[in-house]
Amino acid sequence: MPATDTTHHRGVRPGMLKVTGLQKIYNGGPAPVEAVRDLTFELAEGELVCLVGPSGCGKTTLLKCIAGLMAPTSGTVELAGEPVLSPPPGMAVVFQEYGRSLFAWMSVRANVELPLKEKKLPRARREELVAESLEAVGLTAFADAYPWQLSGGMQQRVAIARAIAYEPQVLLMDEPFAAVDAQTRADLEDLVRSIWQRLGVTVLFVTHDIDEAVYLGERVLVLSNSPTVVQDDVTVDLPVERDQLTTRQDERFTRLRAHVYAQIQQAKKGTAPTAA
Amino acid sequence: MNRPTVDRPRAAPAAPTEQEAPVARPPRRPAGAARTARPAGALLRTAHVLLLPAVLVGAYWAFTARPDAGFYTPTPDAIAGAFAELWFSERLFVDVLPSLGRLLTGFALAALVGVGLGVLLGLDARVRAIAEPVLEFLRAIPPPVLVPLMIMLAGIDDGMKVAVIVFGCVWPILLNTVEGVRAVDPVLADTARCYGIGGVTRLRVLVLRSASPQIMAGLRLALALAIILMVISEMFASSSGLGFAIVQFQRTFAIPEMWAGMVLLGIIGFVLSSLFELVEGRVLGWYRGLRSAHRGE
Repeated sequence: MPATDTTHHRGVRPGMLKVTGLQKIYNGGPAPVEAVRDLTFELAEGELVCLVGPSGCGKTTLLKCIAGLMAPTSGTVELAGEPVLSPPPGMAVVFQEYGRSLFAWMSVRANVELPLKEKKLPRARREELVAESLEAVGLTAFADAYPWQLSGGMQQRVAIARAIAYEPQVLLMDEPFAAVDAQTRADLEDLVRSIWQRLGVTVLFVTHDIDEAVYLGERVLVLSNSPTVVQDDVTVDLPVERDQLTTRQDERFTRLRAHVYAQIQQAKKGTAPTAA
Repeated sequence: MNRPTVDRPRAAPAAPTEQEAPVARPPRRPAGAARTARPAGALLRTAHVLLLPAVLVGAYWAFTARPDAGFYTPTPDAIAGAFAELWFSERLFVDVLPSLGRLLTGFALAALVGVGLGVLLGLDARVRAIAEPVLEFLRAIPPPVLVPLMIMLAGIDDGMKVAVIVFGCVWPILLNTVEGVRAVDPVLADTARCYGIGGVTRLRVLVLRSASPQIMAGLRLALALAIILMVISEMFASSSGLGFAIVQFQRTFAIPEMWAGMVLLGIIGFVLSSLFELVEGRVLGWYRGLRSAHRGE
């Protein structure tokens, strides 16, 4: 069951992030390891797409290539028509390890403001953006705290605030909620939905959690086992307004979830032709 | 100088689960800055600090007050008398201040060279591979043996003494800086790259700050070494300075004066290390807070 009807996205909105024939082979070890084989997909402007796959399927490799942190062996990544060769200014990343991606020696405010200073934004604009983004994640009262004074979920919200204050065209999120507890996770999922709806930013959300992928995404890309290809492209035809209780009980949600789950099970059994 | 390089929680727990420790406390200044001084508490603390010294001085006094106590162990009041007479005179300008000047110059130069070279070596694996064997060799040379060489190369004036101090204290600073710079968290480095933080800003906000716990540990070791080397360098071919004065007193059997010199050195060391602690508290406030948060305090 290949791409159901992704055409209606691309027809309406212009392409924002385009990954073409991406391949990554690690040559470091005794034998080369092909982590990603041949990935091609596209995100339209303003789309929220979730990338889900079995563990160890090269999600992180893919994300690093897209972010410009790692050069692919072959293939291209394009952001708004421009090839990505190093981290582009129009992209912000939220990493899984919130504790390690914040500057421990800076206050919450300084953490959010630092990239804006590097962008040479005038002070007034910086203050405005910091205030708005901290407001959006509900951390206004904690602007002067240090990250390590906050709980894990709050630290990840600081990282999200930093990302949206940066005003990226594309927001990459690498399993951002994998290390927080279930309740915090539900809150953060809703936060991502509301931010996405409000700002209209294009979001690529990598996760290993099927429920999360279906709940958040407009589309879910299912990756195969390593060496990785796009196994399926599922359109999530759930209403725009989602709710942790009703959406997850929705019959369509269950159906989509089951579909993605089946795809991943199949992926695990190995559409991986050559052992890597 | 019994502080090895800091044992920092390397890059935090790798995949932290929702951390048990910090539950959204309201913003609070980092630990260390929160030293409120209530008068009663301050009094008690002073008493705590002075108790052991008082006991030791008392014991020494009892020992030296015996009639058969030797000539070489003068009583504390004799030492105190010599101390006041010696160091509140023009000797302060002839011996004490020049010594301190050389000490601080040497320490500052060593800090500059050590941190500068350390960052360079820490950031570049190739440079490190080339330089490391040579550095290990140079580090193995005990700095005092350089004094005769330095006398030939740099003469017997301040330059020689400062050079000996620099050569001795640069190593802990250099090696700790290299380690600190190498240990910059890769996730944080990626984050900085994603947000376009590079060049001098990267050095300032990422590299130096995340290496600062190690750098400070190196500087602390170096400070103690600097005092030792200051004294040693002044014991040879010198005409001024504390080391010179103490040797001079010993040779002329001015025993209370010799003791007064040793006491002054002790006081200098104590004051410098207290000042260092103050600076460290300011620079590493975040680090102490981070560590206590990890321990769940």
